Amino acid sequence: MLNRYPLWKNLLILLVLLIAGLYAAPNLYPEDYAVQISGTREIHQVDEALMEQAMARLEAEGIGYKSLTLENGAAEIRFNNGDEQLLARAVLASQLGNNYVVAMNLAPTTPDWLSAIGAGPMTLGLDLRGGVHFLMEVDTVQAVSQRMEVYASDVRTTLRENRLRYRTVDLDDRGRLQARFGDAETRDQAQTRLRRDFSEFIFDTSVEGEAYFLTISLSDETVREIEDYAVQQNLTTLRNRVNELGVAEPLVQRQGRNRIVVQLPGVQDAAAAKRVIGQTANLEFRLEAAPDASRAVTEVYPFRNDPGRTATLERDIIITGSSVANANATFDENGLPQVSITLDSRGGQMMSRVTRNAIQRRMAVLFVEHKTRTVSERVDGEIVERRVPYVEKHLISLATIQTVLGNQFRITGLDSPRESSELALLLRAGALAAPVYFVEERTIGPSLGAENIEMGTKSVQIGFMLVLLFMLLYYRVFGLLANIALTLNLMMLVAVMSMLSATLTLPGIAGIVLTVGMAVDANVLIFERIKEELRSGAPVQSAINSGFSRAFVTILDANVTTLIAAIILFAMGTGPVKGFAVTLSVGIVTSMFAALVITRALVNLTYGGRKLQKLRM
Amino acid sequence: MIHFKRDFNFMGARRVAAALSIILLLVSIGSLAINGLKLGLDFTGGSLVEVSYERPVELERVRIKLREAGYQDAVVQTFGAANDIMIRMGEAHDPQLGENVLLALQDGEELRITLRRNEFVGSQVGEELREQGGLGLLLALIMVMVYLAFRFQFKFSIGAVLALAHDVILVLGFFSLFRIEFDLTVLAAALAVIGYSLNDTIVVYDRIRENFRIMRVGGPVDILNASLNQTLSRTIVTSTTTMLVLVILALFGGEMIYGFAIALLVGVVVGTYSSVYVAGNILLLLKVSKEDLIPPPKEEEEIEQIP
Repeated sequence: MLNRYPLWKNLLILLVLLIAGLYAAPNLYPEDYAVQISGTREIHQVDEALMEQAMARLEAEGIGYKSLTLENGAAEIRFNNGDEQLLARAVLASQLGNNYVVAMNLAPTTPDWLSAIGAGPMTLGLDLRGGVHFLMEVDTVQAVSQRMEVYASDVRTTLRENRLRYRTVDLDDRGRLQARFGDAETRDQAQTRLRRDFSEFIFDTSVEGEAYFLTISLSDETVREIEDYAVQQNLTTLRNRVNELGVAEPLVQRQGRNRIVVQLPGVQDAAAAKRVIGQTANLEFRLEAAPDASRAVTEVYPFRNDPGRTATLERDIIITGSSVANANATFDENGLPQVSITLDSRGGQMMSRVTRNAIQRRMAVLFVEHKTRTVSERVDGEIVERRVPYVEKHLISLATIQTVLGNQFRITGLDSPRESSELALLLRAGALAAPVYFVEERTIGPSLGAENIEMGTKSVQIGFMLVLLFMLLYYRVFGLLANIALTLNLMMLVAVMSMLSATLTLPGIAGIVLTVGMAVDANVLIFERIKEELRSGAPVQSAINSGFSRAFVTILDANVTTLIAAIILFAMGTGPVKGFAVTLSVGIVTSMFAALVITRALVNLTYGGRKLQKLRM
Repeated sequence: MIHFKRDFNFMGARRVAAALSIILLLVSIGSLAINGLKLGLDFTGGSLVEVSYERPVELERVRIKLREAGYQDAVVQTFGAANDIMIRMGEAHDPQLGENVLLALQDGEELRITLRRNEFVGSQVGEELREQGGLGLLLALIMVMVYLAFRFQFKFSIGAVLALAHDVILVLGFFSLFRIEFDLTVLAAALAVIGYSLNDTIVVYDRIRENFRIMRVGGPVDILNASLNQTLSRTIVTSTTTMLVLVILALFGGEMIYGFAIALLVGVVVGTYSSVYVAGNILLLLKVSKEDLIPPPKEEEEIEQIP
C-alpha cells in the first residue's frame, strides 16, 4: 500500500529516537557549582579528618553547601550557587594552605542510570564556562642545538678516552659540530672511531692551512626524531605540571608539528598558571674548572645573587634537571630554603662516578633559563617584530664536594621559600626538553562565559519558536508534522554532540541556530513538491509519494555539498571554527534523517493508507 | 493558502542583474583593495583586554588613564554595552597584562571594574591563520566544483562556483566597506555562506537539470524561467526561516556573535540573489543546452527507489 511504513521501520525509527532521547537527556540536568580539593603530594592526603575541619570552617563562615564526596584522596564539595562557590574557594584555600589545591569546577548532575550507559552532557567550551587557553610553541631548533651540545661533550669524552688528540670541538653557527685536529691521520682515526659509536652522524672533512677539520652534522631523520621527542617530552612535562596545578578537566594536547594547546577550564588566576606552566628553567650540575685548565674547556658564569662575582666552570655537564626523580622544598639547619633532590639511577651513577675523583673540588649548580626578547627591525622598509630566543645561565650554588655524592643531595643558595618550592615543583614535574613560547593566550572571565551561554540559549529558543510558528502558519498540518520532526532533529543533534563528547562553543551554538534555519529547507522542498504534484492533478497518495522521492535527489545534492564545506572547515580550522564545523556537519546529517525519515513516517501515519480526495496544504 | 505568482520572467532582467552584480563586485574588490579588511585580533596578533565597569564610563577617561600608565598604543572602545570596555594593544606577550591594565584602571577609580577577557595572539599565529583561512576557502571551492562536475556537468560546476565566489567576495566587500571587524567567527560564517549559497544554487540547478530533460518546448531561457518559478516559493520560505533565526542571533546573541550573524545575513541575501541570477546567467553565458544533460545518467533511477 502506498505511503505506509512497515511496522519494523516505524519501530526502528522509534528506537533511534529513544536512544537519542536517552543520550540527550543529561543536558537537561543543570551542573552544580563545586570546588575540588586535592593534595599536592602523596603525603598530603585529603581525608575525613581534613574535610571535617574544612566543613566546620565553612559553617563558621556561614557558607551553605549541597553535598560532599570524598573519593581517591580528593574531595568535591557542591554548592547551591556560584557566589557560595567563590566564597568557599577563598576560605578553603586560605585555610588549607599550599599543600592542597582548591580548584573551582562545574560538576555534572547526571543521574546514575544515565551515566551507567555512558551518557553525559556536552562539554562547554572555554568561551561558555570561563577559563584559560594557551597555545605554546616548542622551540625545536633549540631542542636540536641542545642535543648537539650534549653530543659535543660526548665527542670530547670519546676522543679523550681513545687518546685522539684534538684542538677544539665546538658548535658552529649552523648548528654543526666542528672538531679541529693537528694532522689528517688523527682526524681520520677519529672519524672511524666516531662513526662506530654514533651511527646518526654525518661526517664531512676539510682542511684550512695547518688545521684539519671534521664537521659533524645529524641526518634529517635524527633531527626529526629529536624534534618529535622534544614535543612529546614537553607534552608529558606540561601534563605533569597541569596536574600539579590541580585543575579539574584540563586539556593538554599536541596541535600540529610543534605546538601544544593547554586549556584550563575554571582557572581564574592566569598569571599563576602561566608562571608554572611556562617556566623553562632547568638545572645543570658542573664541576668548577681546575686552575690550570685550558680556556677551551671552561666557561665563566656569574652568580645569580651577586652578578659581580663569577666562577669558571668546566664545560662538561655532569647531569641536568632531567635526571631528577624527586625534589622537595625544605629548610636547612639555619632556616634557609633548600631543595632536597633524589636522582634517578643513571643520574646517581653519573654523579658518583664524577664526584669520586673530585673530592675537595667544588661543584656548581647552574640555573638555566630560556627567555625571549622582541626586537624590531626593518625588512624591505617594513618594521617587523622578531622574537629572539636567548639563554641565561646563572650560578645558584658552588659548594665543596665533601664526599662521594650518590643519588641524594641538597641544593642551597636559593632566594626565598617561594623559589625553592617552585624549583622543587619544576624538577618534580620534569624540565621542558625544549623551551616553549606562548603564541596565543585567552582568558575568559566566568561572568562573560555565563552571559554567552545565556544569550546563546535565548537566541536558540526565540529563533526556534519563530521558525516553528512560521511553519505552522504556512503549512498547517504538514507544518505541524515538520515541527515535530524539527524538534526531534534538535534532540538528535544534541544527543550526537553529547555522544561524541564534542565541545560546545559559542560558534557551535550559532551552528545549531543555523542548522535550525536550514533544516527547514528539506521539509520545504518536500512540501513544495507535493503541492506541485497536487496542482498538476495527481491523486493525493501518489502526490505525497512522488513529492518525497523527487525531493530526495535535490536534498541529497544540496546537503552533500554543504557537508563538503563543513568537513573542510573542520580539517582546516582550530578551536572555535572547529566547534562550529562539528555542529554544522552533525546538523546536516541529523536534519536529513529528520526530513526524509521522520517527517515521512509522520506523514505516513497521518495520511497513509487512506483514501483521500483532497489534501489541504 | 499562500501562493506566489508563478510566471515571473526572471531571465528577462538578466542583463540588469549582470550589471548590478558587476558593479557590486567592483565596489567590493575596490574596497578590499583600498580599505582592506579590518582584521580582528585572531589574524593580526596582539593583545586584547576586556573589562567591565559597574556603570557606563567615559571612554576618554579610560584612554587618559591608560596613557598615563604607559600604554601608548591602546585602542579603547565599548564592546556591546556602554560599561563594557575593550582595549586592544600591539603589546608583545606579557602574562601580567590583564592584571596590570586592571590595576592601572582601578587606581583612583570609584567604580568597581572586573576583568572579563584577556587574549593574546602571536603575530605568527595570525599570519598562519590568514593563510589557512584563504586556503580553506579555496579548497572548499575546488572540492565543491569536483562534486558538481561529477553529479551534474562541467558548465553547472563553473556556474555554481562562480556564484559562490561572487557571494564570498560580496560578503568580504561588505565587511570591508562598513569596517566591521573580521575575526575567526566571521571567517566561519563566510565558509557557512559557501554552504548555504551552494545549497540554494543546487536546488535551482537540480530543477533546471530536470526540466532540460522533460520539457519538450522552449529554449534555455524559458526552461530557466520555468525552473526559477517552480522553486520560487521554496526559495522564499527557506530564506525567510533562515533569516529569521539570523536576525534573532544578531539581536540577542551578544557582541561576540554579532559579526557572525551579520556575515551570514548578508550571505543569505546575496546567496539567494545569486542562485537566481548569477548561477542562471552563467549557464546561459556558457550556452547550456539539452545535449549537455542527455543521456540522463543511470543513477537517477536508482536513487528514485531509495526512500
